[in-house]
Amino acid sequence: MIYADNAATTKISETAIKTMTSVMEETWGNPSSLYAHGQRAKELLEEAREEIARAIGAEPREIYFTSGGSEADNQAIRSMAAQGKKKGKMHIVSSAFEHHAVLHTLKALEKEGFEVTLVDVHEKGVVVPEEVEEALRDDTCLVTIMFANNEIGTIQPIAEIGEICKKRGIPFHTDAVQAVGHIPVNVKDGKFDLLSASAHKFHGPKGVGFLYAGKGVRLTNLIEGGAQERGKRAGTENVPGIAAMAKALTEALEGLEEKRERLTKKRDRLIEGLKEIEHSALNGAADNRLPGNVNFCFEGIEGESLLLLLDDKGICASSGSACTSGSLDPSHVLLAIGRVHDVAHGSLRLSIDEETSDEDVETIIRSVKEVVEYLRSFSPIWRDLVNGKKEFIL
Amino acid sequence: MALYSEKVMDHFRNPRNVGVIEDADGIGEVGNAKCGDIMKMYLKIEDDVIRDVKFETFGCGSAIASSSMATELIKGQPVSEAMKLTNKAVAEALDGLPDYKMHCSVLAEEAIQSALDDYRKKKES
Ligand SMILES: Cc1ncc(COP(=O)(O)O)c(C=O)c1O
Ligand SMILES: [Zn+2]
Repeated sequence: MIYADNAATTKISETAIKTMTSVMEETWGNPSSLYAHGQRAKELLEEAREEIARAIGAEPREIYFTSGGSEADNQAIRSMAAQGKKKGKMHIVSSAFEHHAVLHTLKALEKEGFEVTLVDVHEKGVVVPEEVEEALRDDTCLVTIMFANNEIGTIQPIAEIGEICKKRGIPFHTDAVQAVGHIPVNVKDGKFDLLSASAHKFHGPKGVGFLYAGKGVRLTNLIEGGAQERGKRAGTENVPGIAAMAKALTEALEGLEEKRERLTKKRDRLIEGLKEIEHSALNGAADNRLPGNVNFCFEGIEGESLLLLLDDKGICASSGSACTSGSLDPSHVLLAIGRVHDVAHGSLRLSIDEETSDEDVETIIRSVKEVVEYLRSFSPIWRDLVNGKKEFIL
Repeated sequence: MALYSEKVMDHFRNPRNVGVIEDADGIGEVGNAKCGDIMKMYLKIEDDVIRDVKFETFGCGSAIASSSMATELIKGQPVSEAMKLTNKAVAEALDGLPDYKMHCSVLAEEAIQSALDDYRKKKES
């Protein structure tokens, strides 16, 4: 099997598994209990907090453990909305291609009376900082722009956006779920007030993540109950998951530069190989994208059938077609970068990692070429395009 | 659990009656690229019996499988029988489709009906 869907989830690392099992076997006490067995779990929890804080240049007290990226996004946005509402500030700036954890939270807030401005991400899939600045109002209570996009991998100019927000005194949140563990992320450089991350995207376990909230940021609870996480997130902590997340992050950051360089080379070879397919196009800017992300549109074919046939060849990938999303519309990300429906249905995302060999890359290129050619051979759209009845878009 | 039944996967992997009939007696095309599925059916009809049928499909796994199954169900049938083809029959013959994929079988029914309409119109004129 060639696993090329690391943006969906990553394989948990050996270290993370060992950490989890050892915590479950030996340190299974409740961190809130005061006897030594419980306090040992508390220690592990705090060690993990320190390790994660160090990894992103934060203070341990600024790290809040959550059930993953979605919860962190929800809590970050809800918190700033609640603070804003108190001051009569009910405007939020975000981008058109955020993850649904952000977009759907914003939708819910709109129903509660908030106004949301979504800045354009243009053809390259990159937010323009000046446009964020122009969107700011006196009543803006939050700017939330993702660090790197999960579908097309484009890295956003978050340092500039953070600078703008800081100057205006507006809280800035970034969904860094796809960035943490893959590219350098430092909360000091980015001038973030809030940042979301998720363990299963960097070879940690599923169902665990964290929210960074800088000093002075007041969080609102999504979950009420006990006094865990300094009163901001109730529920007995997922100690095995949290400890494993910390170890997975440290491991992911070891030799990050070299790993990135190696991966970028493979990614670029993959892009080069797939570009040979006629009437295809890379989605998102070629530079400044996540080292493992490749996303293409192939005209005249549909994404789900492409995925199923690649699966038959042992390749795991994903698509932004409607039929894979379960709705009638293709990916909002592809529409946001201006891909029309016809073309957006024929998209393919390959997200490779360290374990993808050069040989795997060649196998992927060969297989995608074969499958695209096969599907085009009985596609009525392709026939119309080739016969000149319709004009090629790509 | 697999996304699709064995039958769907069989028809998806080895679609029957793929292609074009150059001198077709009826052609139907339904769906649009906006929603992500397009089907085109070609019928060869003699003495009001469907002698041959071919299809081309742009779409997901169940769209391809539904087209393939629909062609199998009407091949060799009298036109009067083919006109009774329903999306339910297509879906059942495929051992079922996920709920959100039922529209693909509807499309297959519509493609066949549209090709039959075309045949009737041509015959009348
Ligand atoms: C950019 C982004 N944000 C948020 C999430 C949600 O994270 P989780 O699955 O941990 O809730 C994901 C992962 O699907 C993601 O890619
Ligand atoms: Zn479909």
